[in-house]
Amino acid sequence: MAKKHRIEISFDECKGCGRCLLACPKKLLAMGKEINKQGYTAVEVAEPTNCIGCGACFYQCPEPGAITIYEIVED
Amino acid sequence: MKYNKRLLLKGNEAAVYGALIAGCDCYFGYPITPASEVAQTAAQLFPQLNRTFLQAESEIGAINMVIGGAAAGKRVMTGSSGLGISLKQEGMSYLAAYEMPALIIDVTRGGPGLGNIGPEQADYFQLVKGGGHGSYHCLVFTPNSAQEMCDMSIKAFELAEKYRMPAYVMADGVIGQMMESVLLPEPKEFDYDPEWKMGRYVNGEAQVITSIYMEYNDLEALNNRLQAKYREIEKNEQSYEEYMADDAEVLIVAYGICSRIARGVVDTMRADGVKVGLVRPKMVYPFPVDPLKKHVENGTVKAVMSLEMSAGQMIEDVRLAVECKVPVYLQNRMGGNIPSGAEVVEGVRTILKEIAK
Amino acid sequence: MSMEKVKFGRSKVFFDPFNRRPGPIKKNMHYCPGCGHGILHKLIAEAIEHYGIQQDVAFIAPVGCAVFAYYYFNTGAISVPHGRAPAVGTGVGRANPEKFVISYQGDGDLAAIGFNEFIQAANRGEKMTIFFVNNTNYGMTGGQMAPTTLPGQKTTTTPFGRNPLTEGYPINVSSLINTLTSPVYIERVALTSTARIAAAKKAVYKGIENLRDRKGFSFIEVLAPCPINLRMTTEQLNDFIENKMTEFFPIGCVRDRSAETAVGELPPATIHEPAEVMAKLFPLRQEGGVADDFRNDSEIFNRELRIRMSGFGGQGILSLGHNFANMARLRNFNVSWMPSYGPEQRGGAASCAVILSRGVISNPMVDNNCDLLIALTQMALDKFGHQLSDNGILIYDRSAMSKPEVKGNQKVFGLDALAIANSVGNPKCANSVILGALAVILKKYAPLTEGDAADYDKVYREALTESFGSKPKVLEQNFAAFEAGKAAMAAEL
Repeated sequence: MAKKHRIEISFDECKGCGRCLLACPKKLLAMGKEINKQGYTAVEVAEPTNCIGCGACFYQCPEPGAITIYEIVED
Repeated sequence: MKYNKRLLLKGNEAAVYGALIAGCDCYFGYPITPASEVAQTAAQLFPQLNRTFLQAESEIGAINMVIGGAAAGKRVMTGSSGLGISLKQEGMSYLAAYEMPALIIDVTRGGPGLGNIGPEQADYFQLVKGGGHGSYHCLVFTPNSAQEMCDMSIKAFELAEKYRMPAYVMADGVIGQMMESVLLPEPKEFDYDPEWKMGRYVNGEAQVITSIYMEYNDLEALNNRLQAKYREIEKNEQSYEEYMADDAEVLIVAYGICSRIARGVVDTMRADGVKVGLVRPKMVYPFPVDPLKKHVENGTVKAVMSLEMSAGQMIEDVRLAVECKVPVYLQNRMGGNIPSGAEVVEGVRTILKEIAK
Repeated sequence: MSMEKVKFGRSKVFFDPFNRRPGPIKKNMHYCPGCGHGILHKLIAEAIEHYGIQQDVAFIAPVGCAVFAYYYFNTGAISVPHGRAPAVGTGVGRANPEKFVISYQGDGDLAAIGFNEFIQAANRGEKMTIFFVNNTNYGMTGGQMAPTTLPGQKTTTTPFGRNPLTEGYPINVSSLINTLTSPVYIERVALTSTARIAAAKKAVYKGIENLRDRKGFSFIEVLAPCPINLRMTTEQLNDFIENKMTEFFPIGCVRDRSAETAVGELPPATIHEPAEVMAKLFPLRQEGGVADDFRNDSEIFNRELRIRMSGFGGQGILSLGHNFANMARLRNFNVSWMPSYGPEQRGGAASCAVILSRGVISNPMVDNNCDLLIALTQMALDKFGHQLSDNGILIYDRSAMSKPEVKGNQKVFGLDALAIANSVGNPKCANSVILGALAVILKKYAPLTEGDAADYDKVYREALTESFGSKPKVLEQNFAAFEAGKAAMAAEL
């Protein structure tokens, strides 16, 4: 069975460059509407747990901790 | 005794012996006359102690390697002359800002421009007044013998580390090229683990060495700290030698080879009953303000001669030291010429005539 | 029950938070949105973590946008002058070979102002890894032309586009250093598509692995997006890098000798133990030496003796002075030896002044009152003859000049030094011939006491043994020349 993943975007750490949007093979990410405390429109995740954990968005993101991808481990 | 500790050495060679005895680990330098023997001796001796000699690609490369070595927490040195020192000034400013010690041997030559390889002391301004950008000083030792080239290289490391700043040993071409008998001091136990060294972790955070302070107040604080340090040095570290200065009517101020000539002049003229004396700065930063001020305030000194192989560079500090209370005359040669004893005697006689008017 | 573990997240090599960064933002880097530096920083941090070298990394931060890299990496770091990172890195690595030196530089820093430092470090094969960010412009100063700016590309200092005829073509740095022998690994990567970034990650890992294994010089050129200065969206930038930049900067491995390069070893430890330092630096005392308080008792030594030796370069004049000064030094005199020096390495006039004294030698210049003048050429005599005092001694080479005129009580001795040296089989021994002759002259005219005259011969042998102890043949020839010089002068007198 395929592993499950969850993608989390730290709202205030996103600079809204959009590199992750282009990279996501499942097109899970979208430009949001809210402006964060840095003054950027941050990216949002529509369905975080549909993430396949490929890491494309993480490596495209120039910020160290704006994107975190978790692997969900079933006991 | 098993070893012969008294060697016949050029000043340039003696400086390297001194540095090695002080525990210097690395020499990074670029060839230039009349400092060539500094690098050549280092190339011979450093590898024998498994220490590093590296010929750099340029003067700029050399001083930046010195920065790297100092950052790595080692004692490091370089050597150069006049125009090479001009090129190193960028790195000197950084070293001052990083507050890291290093030893720079400057065997000065004739300038400006390419000048020539004869002895001059015209690096005074660029060594004593800072030389690069920003408000900073470097310690400047002025040996007048091969023995002092050795001893002052050791002392330079000591003070450079105490005050965390670069130190020059400033020799003219004569002091660098002349051979003299040198009694080598014995090397001391080695213990060097400076607090600033790169990669030391404090509370889990790696230390950084930097000179960039984006906040104006932070940079001003650095400057204030540096200036406070310089005032302390000016108060505590003046270094000089006096020769028949106590009752002198004419006081000669001279360093390097000029001080040797001046000492001969004092002997000659004292034999004729002329009251002439010598104050020899052993360091020109900090400048020996105290003895000059003292002798002038004592009232015996009627005039001061600044004897130098430059167009009147040290004379500015002499004037500041005596606060213009007595006239200060310039006696100098330039272009690689060395003032002869006879010239200086004549100069003293002229001063005596002037002040008798 | 399910648990979550981080699969991709903030590297532990980064500080968290970034306390060194001034201002309220402590979680983000200072780079512009979409900038390639952040992407590369993450790859480097991850590789450092992967290879476990964090504690010993020396990160050299350049001048340029990455000047503040040390806000982010929790590694040893130094911010250095513009372009000088490879030189500083060299200093760090040579001084402390346990450090893992990473130099991180932009295109202006590395390929313009710092090109010499860079290419020389590459040529020496310094054990360091350089990350070279090529984004075709000076980012931090506001988008000026860089050595990597493309032909026709508009920047703030090429407002009409870079004209290759006046401003040159983009410099292909990776190809340039591929002409050097030393570099171990050279690769150019791009931060565009996910596949390209995956390739970049592999290259960064290899660069850091080579660093850990001390294999030598690794160089990774990174074609990186600079959206703000190039005024492009991510899509436009990807297109620019993939289709325009690669025309001049093709992506791929240029050289990889990582596999065949052996793991580097640390050099032997430096020697600082005092006894060992002395054993290496100080010469062994020769047999027959004297105690520190020994004094030769001839009356002449109570005053300063000023000597000038002069001739052609190559005649051994400087060695003559040097040997004599060494003899004096071995008998506890203060001594100075001052050469005239010039740019001529061979030939031309050569001279030196030697002063010996029991007291302080004030002025080391011999310009008058010379006690002993040795002149091997007419030119030397013409130049220095007037310096000889009225009671001075002159030794001249008879084969080179006729007997000079004498004034006052001067004593003049002719000698065929070179001919005698040739007769013992080594023309380089002329200075020993002269020292032999001088032994006879000093004994009679200085005069020396019997004890000092014998000591002269002894100290001559000590001085020569110190210089040529490892060359017994040279030593024997010199001793023979010394005796021949003595015999010749004795016959003369």
